[in-house]
Amino acid sequence: MHKTRVIPVLLLGARGLEKGVGFRNRVYVGCPRNAARVFNAHRVDELVLVDIVATPNCRPTRVDYVQEIARETTMPFAAGGGVRSLDDMRRLLEAGADRVVLNTAAVENPCLIESGASRFGSQCMLVSIDALRHPDGRYEVFTACGTRPAGIDPVEAARIAEAAGAGELLVTAIHRDGTMSGYDVDLVRRVVDAVNIPVIAGGGAGSVEHIAEVVLRGGAAAAACGAFVVFYGKRRTVLITYPSVRDLRAVLPEERVRNRDLVPPPDMTAARL
Amino acid sequence: MKVTIIDYGAGNLGSVTRAFESLGTEVILGRDPVSLAGADALVLPGVGAFAEAMMFLDRGGWLGPLREAVLERRVPVLGICLGMQLMATRGEEGGNTPGLNWLDGGVVRRLCPPPESGARLPHIGWNDLIDRGEHPIFAGIPAGATFYFAHSYHVDALPEDRVLCRSSHGVSFAAAVARDHILGVQFHPEKSYVNGLRLLRNFLEFAGRRTYA
Repeated sequence: MHKTRVIPVLLLGARGLEKGVGFRNRVYVGCPRNAARVFNAHRVDELVLVDIVATPNCRPTRVDYVQEIARETTMPFAAGGGVRSLDDMRRLLEAGADRVVLNTAAVENPCLIESGASRFGSQCMLVSIDALRHPDGRYEVFTACGTRPAGIDPVEAARIAEAAGAGELLVTAIHRDGTMSGYDVDLVRRVVDAVNIPVIAGGGAGSVEHIAEVVLRGGAAAAACGAFVVFYGKRRTVLITYPSVRDLRAVLPEERVRNRDLVPPPDMTAARL
Repeated sequence: MKVTIIDYGAGNLGSVTRAFESLGTEVILGRDPVSLAGADALVLPGVGAFAEAMMFLDRGGWLGPLREAVLERRVPVLGICLGMQLMATRGEEGGNTPGLNWLDGGVVRRLCPPPESGARLPHIGWNDLIDRGEHPIFAGIPAGATFYFAHSYHVDALPEDRVLCRSSHGVSFAAAVARDHILGVQFHPEKSYVNGLRLLRNFLEFAGRRTYA
């Protein structure tokens, strides 16, 4: 049975890893390389790294970080932020990313998804859609790290991305980001019902119950986590954690939880080849 | 034991290379068909589409030297993901295209999970291996270990005795295949932590035996 993924999302700011609330008031949470190493040691299902100051500063993803993380880890790993061309994608993949994350460019230029999918395969195209719920209940997509209103509904953006060849969507509720108050399950459900590709839910994770809710009720294939895996306790002390197999099994059907604790027995005789 | 990873221009070889290096194995990046001449063991990786990858192999002049190494000299080979699919007789991705035809059959088709299963494509993420037969490649890997997949197509219509194990994503498909010294896995052992590394180590041991079931 296909397992539900829990995916830490790391945001690469000007100073290093940063995390805020509602895409604002970001605080420094640490060194990307160390964080990635710790997540790799937790044998996480997958990791996403986004350079959130690339697009606002009109420059491509800082590939050196991607390269450093890829060199020291073996986890499945998606990277992006500031990707505007096939060349940007190729550089990320050559640096060791397994998948490319597209956000602003996917909305402004869906043809880029199409050419990326035909060159690298659609499984490689992870399209990230950030959506804000306005006070009147209307949803709107924002690009450039939540700073630029795109004037379209997330469901429409999702359909366009799928038609262009996206392999998966990461749908983040800006109004839940960093709050640890639970995902916007309705937003996720609306997108999941509108497309046939898998959807990763983002924005709001604060407990394994939240993850179970967005998977079971929202139909998400995976749950992205930010604050939930980098902050600990009420005072938001920086501490990298990852939900245990036992905690996930308490809230999800057992066959949907990957038992990452199963490892081969140590075998000293064949340690060297 | 040295392992030659075939670099025919379709994909990212960094993680496969690093995985073998972490096992202490010497890795040769085969950028030219000449590099197959003295190879002990081959790895055929690949991401992207079937037709395009076959075109890359053809254009790079790989087809003849690969056939000679694998079918005549019987150099052990491991295909990963698209690399396994290329070993089939033909593929339907990107138009009907002949494959390497190393498995005596197999047609690469898009997975077709029934709508009521709720399974979506691409199949991305972790999954179990089911009906795992006895094969040295699985030595020491606990039953219930999961592996990382990222694909929409699978090798269909293979003779049952070529299928080492299956996995299921709304519909059951071949997750690992073998014909004597020719092995293929649909998942990514290089992205599957310790169990994946164990499988790669098992492949090297298997390749070093020089006799194949």
